[in-house]
Amino acid sequence: MGATRVVVLGAGIIGAACARELALAGLAVTVVERGAPAAATTAHGEGNVLVSDKGPGPELDLALLSRRLWPGVLDAVAAHLPEAAAAVEWEPKGGIVVATTAGGARELERFAAAQREAGVTAEPLDAAALAAAEPHLTRDFALAVHYPGDAQVQPAGTATALLADALRAGAVLRAGCEVLGADTAGGRITAVRTSTGTIGADAVVNAAGPWSGETARRLGAPVDVRPRRGEVLVTAPMPPTVFHKVYDADYVGAVGSGAGDLQASAVVESTRAGTILLGSSRRRVGFDERIRPGVLSVIAGKALRLFPSLAGATVMRAYGGFRPYVPDHLPVIGPDPRLDGLWHATGHEGAGIGLSAGTARLLADLMLGRDPAMDPAPFRADRPAVLSEGESR
Amino acid sequence: MSPRIVPASSDAARRRDTPLQITVDGAAVAGVEGQTVAGVLLAAGRRSWRAGPSGAPRGVFCGIGACFDCLVTVNGERDVRACRRRAVDGDAVSTQSRAGTGEPR
Amino acid sequence: MTRHVVIVGAGPAGLAAAASALRAGARVTLLDTAERPGGQYHRMLPDAYRAERNGRLHHGWARFDRLRRHVLGHPRCAWWPESAVWSLERSDPGDPAPPLVHVLRGPADGAGRDRLVLRPDALVLAPGAHDRVLPFPGWDLPGVYTAGAAQALAKGERVVVGDRVVIGGAGPFLLPVAASLIEAGSAVLAVLEANPARTVARGWGRRPWELAPQAGKAGELAEYAALLARHRVPYRTGRAVVEARGDGRVEEVVTARLRADWSVLPGTERVVAVDAACVSHGFSPQLELPAAAGCALRDTASGPFTEVDGDQLTSVPGVYAAGEITGIAGAPAARAEGLLAGWLAAGGAPAAPELRPLRRARDRARAFAGRLAAAHPIGAGWPGWLRADTVVCRCEETDFGTLCRAADDRAGGAARAVKLGTRAGLGPCQARICGPTVAELLRRRAAGAPGRPAEGLAPATPHHRPIAQPIRLGELARPPRDPHEKENTP
Repeated sequence: MGATRVVVLGAGIIGAACARELALAGLAVTVVERGAPAAATTAHGEGNVLVSDKGPGPELDLALLSRRLWPGVLDAVAAHLPEAAAAVEWEPKGGIVVATTAGGARELERFAAAQREAGVTAEPLDAAALAAAEPHLTRDFALAVHYPGDAQVQPAGTATALLADALRAGAVLRAGCEVLGADTAGGRITAVRTSTGTIGADAVVNAAGPWSGETARRLGAPVDVRPRRGEVLVTAPMPPTVFHKVYDADYVGAVGSGAGDLQASAVVESTRAGTILLGSSRRRVGFDERIRPGVLSVIAGKALRLFPSLAGATVMRAYGGFRPYVPDHLPVIGPDPRLDGLWHATGHEGAGIGLSAGTARLLADLMLGRDPAMDPAPFRADRPAVLSEGESR
Repeated sequence: MSPRIVPASSDAARRRDTPLQITVDGAAVAGVEGQTVAGVLLAAGRRSWRAGPSGAPRGVFCGIGACFDCLVTVNGERDVRACRRRAVDGDAVSTQSRAGTGEPR
Repeated sequence: MTRHVVIVGAGPAGLAAAASALRAGARVTLLDTAERPGGQYHRMLPDAYRAERNGRLHHGWARFDRLRRHVLGHPRCAWWPESAVWSLERSDPGDPAPPLVHVLRGPADGAGRDRLVLRPDALVLAPGAHDRVLPFPGWDLPGVYTAGAAQALAKGERVVVGDRVVIGGAGPFLLPVAASLIEAGSAVLAVLEANPARTVARGWGRRPWELAPQAGKAGELAEYAALLARHRVPYRTGRAVVEARGDGRVEEVVTARLRADWSVLPGTERVVAVDAACVSHGFSPQLELPAAAGCALRDTASGPFTEVDGDQLTSVPGVYAAGEITGIAGAPAARAEGLLAGWLAAGGAPAAPELRPLRRARDRARAFAGRLAAAHPIGAGWPGWLRADTVVCRCEETDFGTLCRAADDRAGGAARAVKLGTRAGLGPCQARICGPTVAELLRRRAAGAPGRPAEGLAPATPHHRPIAQPIRLGELARPPRDPHEKENTP
């Protein structure tokens, strides 16, 4: 009998990371991608590998696990594929969270203290230290906390590096291939029917990001993963101006909010090309891809509150994408309770790039019956937030 | 020879030029009212004034605002297309370089 | 109620659209990024030059001047010079209103421009085109210009780019560029049309009766040819500039004979000492605005153009397109399309008798565009000019070898990943120059099918630029002003 056949649905960062872990473990992996690898949600994010924005709890634990895993994962990729690993642009630059109001400062202080309890390094910066770390940042701030654990990657390059390593380990990629349904026998998935043929499977991993809900529905086991829209502004290349990932303390509130209307919070960072990325917005508008000047305007205003000297910076591009959102804001990692052989690895909202390393490890642990790297229970697919019918789009 | 402006005296369009002066990285450069910043620079004999990421020289390429090769800083405003911005007497133009942008690796 | 028609672009198409919309009774706002109307075709000298005879530099000046004065002086026309449309905001699905037009008004790339929003009843897009230049070794050296740049500088501000100039590429546009340079005093050493004489002759010669109504254009070209002959400037077919060389600036170009597919015939290379080279291999329509409005594009052998129906209406209700964004056909065609688009956008009767000759003129113009494309195609062999270290993306200096390696990567070879990985097309010009080139190179190398783009994601087209013109962060942070707010709310 041959190796266990696993079909991974989606070649974004989560699908690529899972395919890599499973292929390295010796499974026969086929990655099915409707469009092109790393072209959807993965290509439209900022490349966050963050611990700073998560309060104590399972998501922070997954973030800490991921942060521990990343250097080793990238070293392993580099050992065989140095060029692909270089394209990751791993930058352990650290994050700085800034509260601009007294109320925000009290909140941030409490938040950081709780994070420290959970093992996060979170160091308050005084005015001189902040000015040295970020000379162009507003002096008008109430509290700033430095998180040396935050890092940044080029997200599409990271996903393609992980996918390339999976392919090297024997995985097969089928791009331009859309999932249509599942063949089942005795309550167990036996194959995935796609636009380019049926693929026999002992196990199927749903890693279709914001399209996971639709993909799971086609497989006969719907989950409540919805799109949450985000936009990012990109400046023209500039001399070095921003040195860390710098964001407003109200970002944490915006991430955790379930509101459908616009949530915006300043997130400012530079890239190796010299551009500055300015985020971020959160809206629940289905798959409406229209870029709204009003939303961009709010992002610009919030960014200028942190970096007033960027008023003259040229915005040359804006892009938007969809985060995979679950109403309780936790990823879904684990077996489907209704259909044997179906697994989910989705729902990471805006944190999928950073969380992909830990997610892939945890999923592989569960699928292979290894001791899990952390407690998987909070991410299980049979929780009410995931299995509820959800709202119609 | 280098780029130049058709002398008003021999121009079939019969111009009556008004001189202006701008500075480029601090040095005075003479031009004519109505010229773009790129026109002033070219007429002064400069073919390039910007450096790309590798330091490669760039000047005018498309001449109509599509290629962004000719970007300069005008009176402190970065990223101005020199081929589209009319020069104003007294403008302080400084050249830009991509070679210094981005973060050190 | 008077309809408000917003027209983007005041070249031949936009000006004609404005005249026609005014005639149909509409209120018109006519915008252009330039200070003066005319577009690239009738690029005027600046007022400050106080030129007595601007018309000496133009074909059809008197007619243009009349039209310009009529439109700009019309009481129902608001003329907005130095106005850049940076965003078109689409209305909700099912809402027939055309997009909102977000405008920055003030000096080009200024920092404190007025931010305005217009809510038109109909929108006419006439933004025009710019040169398409294929890469070749050394094309990024200073002193290599697009043909359009050389002409704009000569016609628009009387600057000549050099004294010993070679003009190369494809298309009849090379001739007026040569004429402009000769008029301004340059020595044009040669005009090189890359296509062989038989392709050019076949394209122009097929169905010659179609050419008769374009006699104005043909006559204009004949005049240019006579001028070249008078100045003993050789016009060669089947030859191209395939390399530029020099230390920090162009000092010589290599020209070579080409086969019909534009591959180089070995041994035919010649080195010519120059101080400038002007190249244009065709035109790229400026499609960011139709793309932002959600207009369907139509793919042709010369690349995508805006799809329009017989009334110049795009696939988006209330949005019309005229001029080069519907197909490269030159100024007379642009005028005919503009006249139709303006009239219909203004709510003029589609059956009005005066539209009949316009529709005929437009249809002939489209046929003319087809002949133009057939006579001056881009040959498939041009990538053979490139070396591994030839820059393809001028902004980010991505070279041909890097692009090929990225495209051949099984995991990361798709367009979006290649773009993010190599940065080709992600620089300040936002793929305006290299976009079509990179797309074509990737299409040829791509191993797998690209598949269907995910729902809600824009296709990876080089024309997708939701920020259509750069905007300063400070300008963006301010809310826009609606200049018509008082009129709209009683």
